[in-house]
Amino acid sequence: MNLNPRDQVMEAVRSNLPSEKVAYPETPAFAKTITVMLPAFEERIREAGATLYKPASLAAAQALLEEQYGDASVICSATPDLKGNLDIHSIKNPHDLADVDVGIIRARFGVAENGMVWLTQEDLVVNSLGFLSQHLVILLQPTELVADMYDAYMRVFLDDTAYGCFMMGPSATADIGAVLVHGAQGARSLSVYLV
Amino acid sequence: MKVALFIPCYIDAIYPEAGIATHELLERFGVEVVYPLNQTCCGQPMANEGDNANSAAAEQLFVENFKGFDYIVGPAGSCVKHVRQHFDAIPQTEAVTQVRNNTWELVEFLHDVLGVSAFPWAYFRYKASLHNSCSSIRGLHIAQPSEHMGPYFNKSEKLLQMVEGLELVQLDRPDECCGFGGTFCVTDEAVSARMGLDRIHDYLRHEAEFIISPDMSCLMHQQGIARKAGMHLKFIHIAQVLNGGPF
Amino acid sequence: MSSKRVDVAANAAAFIDKDDIHEPFHDEHLWAARMKRDAAARAVPEWEALRDLASQIKAHTLTHLDHYLELFEANATRHGAKVYWARDAAEHNQHVLDILSSRNINSVIKSKSMLQEECNMTAFLETRGITVTESDLGERIQQLDNQPPSHIVMPAIHKTAGDIAEIFAKAIGTDPNNADPQYLTEAMRQDARQRFLKAGAGMTGANFAIAETGSFVVCTNEGNADIGASVPPVHIASIGIEKLLPKVQDLGIFIRLLSRSALGTLATQYTSHFTGPRNGGELHIILTDNGRSKRLGLPDFWHSLKCIRCGACMNTCPVYRRSGGLAYGATYSGPIGIILDPTFDESKYSELPYHSTLCGSCTEVCPVKIDISDQILKWRKVMAEKKYLPISRRLAFGAAGKVFEHPGLFHGAETAASAAMKITPHFLLYNRSLNPWGRHRELPHFAKQTFREWYLQYKQPDKEPSPKEL
Repeated sequence: MNLNPRDQVMEAVRSNLPSEKVAYPETPAFAKTITVMLPAFEERIREAGATLYKPASLAAAQALLEEQYGDASVICSATPDLKGNLDIHSIKNPHDLADVDVGIIRARFGVAENGMVWLTQEDLVVNSLGFLSQHLVILLQPTELVADMYDAYMRVFLDDTAYGCFMMGPSATADIGAVLVHGAQGARSLSVYLV
Repeated sequence: MKVALFIPCYIDAIYPEAGIATHELLERFGVEVVYPLNQTCCGQPMANEGDNANSAAAEQLFVENFKGFDYIVGPAGSCVKHVRQHFDAIPQTEAVTQVRNNTWELVEFLHDVLGVSAFPWAYFRYKASLHNSCSSIRGLHIAQPSEHMGPYFNKSEKLLQMVEGLELVQLDRPDECCGFGGTFCVTDEAVSARMGLDRIHDYLRHEAEFIISPDMSCLMHQQGIARKAGMHLKFIHIAQVLNGGPF
Repeated sequence: MSSKRVDVAANAAAFIDKDDIHEPFHDEHLWAARMKRDAAARAVPEWEALRDLASQIKAHTLTHLDHYLELFEANATRHGAKVYWARDAAEHNQHVLDILSSRNINSVIKSKSMLQEECNMTAFLETRGITVTESDLGERIQQLDNQPPSHIVMPAIHKTAGDIAEIFAKAIGTDPNNADPQYLTEAMRQDARQRFLKAGAGMTGANFAIAETGSFVVCTNEGNADIGASVPPVHIASIGIEKLLPKVQDLGIFIRLLSRSALGTLATQYTSHFTGPRNGGELHIILTDNGRSKRLGLPDFWHSLKCIRCGACMNTCPVYRRSGGLAYGATYSGPIGIILDPTFDESKYSELPYHSTLCGSCTEVCPVKIDISDQILKWRKVMAEKKYLPISRRLAFGAAGKVFEHPGLFHGAETAASAAMKITPHFLLYNRSLNPWGRHRELPHFAKQTFREWYLQYKQPDKEPSPKEL
């Protein structure tokens, strides 16, 4: 019998399956350690190297952006809530975002347990915005928080998006001398605007 | 209560005082102690090499010597761990299973079986550090391993806290392996010696004068390193401390 | 590939003897990771329950692996990914080459993938004219130094900043005297970005693959995998068949465990989920066996397939910390390497199971509760049974076994001091010379009277030992 690699791998797996069959375990609902979510989220995302801002309104956020990045030459926003000077919808090729100084994205929700924010392909419009931008500004409604990763995955629908990322801070490495450095490859800094 | 005393080969030859202290200590608690004279080795050194063929004979002899006793007590965590957990070079007959189930390490026997609450005769006015062997901690569960998130417990520490005058110092790496590891200490001499030296520096940083352990094999290795490096540390079996000697 | 036996003990000795800097640095930083891991784990009240759950989910998946592989393939295909199957490294590498060649791609960037390391993919591609650039900083350092990664998550942790300054000076023209991590990281960022923008394909591995949606998850701290997946038009992911999890909700457990176990952080900076190709891109998934199905059939060792490559066992291993990962001479080092590597080549890696004190810490930190320490001992039995042990070691045990088998021989040998030196350190030395013990240690002093002699004298004074008992 001449099997293709797929069938050969499947056959090898089947003939080697352990005789014992382990059942899928019941997952208990663990007690929540975080009840007040916003302070926990703030603390955790700062620990992860991000900076947190609480502009009172979108207008204040726009002013904050201009204050924070007044000398940036290319600002690209993937959200209608804040304006930059490069229209993300005009981008045809991910490489065209290589010179973005500041990328702006609105996250769907945040996770209090660790300070992550959830971004999908639809939020990024062009995925490379999240990784080629020198600096990132993430907008997040302070009410859009879940306690932990169990709850987070209840709000994640992988069938609906080709790409989704829990982002927890700026790019980080400790590969040289075990010293933490931000801005290894992705964003050098990450600012979260709670608005 | 009758107890068969299991004195591992290296304690017999190098640290008989640990065996004597164990014997005396058990008698102090009213235990009748029997020492089967034909005992040699539990087979652990060969088994740890993966050499079942050569450990089988030692394991068989161990069962011959100790079968029929309700309690078999040995002052050596790694040997007891071998009997309890890895003693499988020989067929698991009823006698073998019984011997395995009835074998106790000294600290757990005092703590779990005798439920000892005081050592009125013991007095030890030194700063000391406790070295629970890895076999005792992770094999016999006489203490919570530092990497496991269950509630803290440490049976040998609890026993030592009953000894008047004794001050236990905490280490930076409380249950880091000392690098003995049986044959590892010669086949992997460089790593073994480095681990032992690091352990000794931890004791010195915390000004321990004595190192107390339920497992003399770890101490034999550490003592060798300390002596070679000219460091003044004293190494002693926990039975000697709990029994008030012999020192 | 050479199958010369790896002398891990000698390699480790060389790492220790190299200087007074590397081994202490290595030990200290990995111990710090273990301490951070402990603190992160302690902050999760259900930590031990999570380990149990993760272990059971993995065991469930592995005992129904055929089902989940089919499900994953169907769902990934439904979402537009192209799924390939590879029985071994050669087939894996050929798939990669075919995908690249048919698109005239001659330059790729890749994020860390232990599977691609296993397959020796970079060398394969480079000899065929394709430039491969590691995008993870640690992996890039290792690539520039022509070394494999020495640690699963900290590939260059055996190097000091000074070592890296020298490598970067030669490779990208930095100041050899400037070992500031900030400076060196920035220099590599500038150098790497040009390569990222030129690459025709981005390659990744996968930390987890989800059967119910055909998704896979990649975790990085640098965002380098995401650059590879979002900038070039083609994304190729190499996924070992053991990476599967049944459901999306399983990630809630595994993501909580992974980075806390690895580095003591709450998560990696980027946890990215790929389900089919991105807008305007292509996604190719190579499901690779490369020995995994064979391992699944080993009753003593199949649990090693639960491994999620966090490296916690390496960080906690007191032997690994003193040895450096390169000492193991294999793709996987440390405790997990000891139990995985022999499945690739028993003879070459026959010494690895002895490079352990069996302290058991690896088993206790493992987030999926692999019985690593017990498997190390079981591998020793395999090596002994198959006669991979060096002959001097085997003969020594023959002798020791005989002595312990016969009480008369044992006690006779033991009481005479000169013979005791031959027999008692036998527990330690067998018939090797005394040097390995004595280089850093004084020999133990032998007691004037054995315990047995004391017992006969004081506890059984009336009873003369019979000749049989002697």
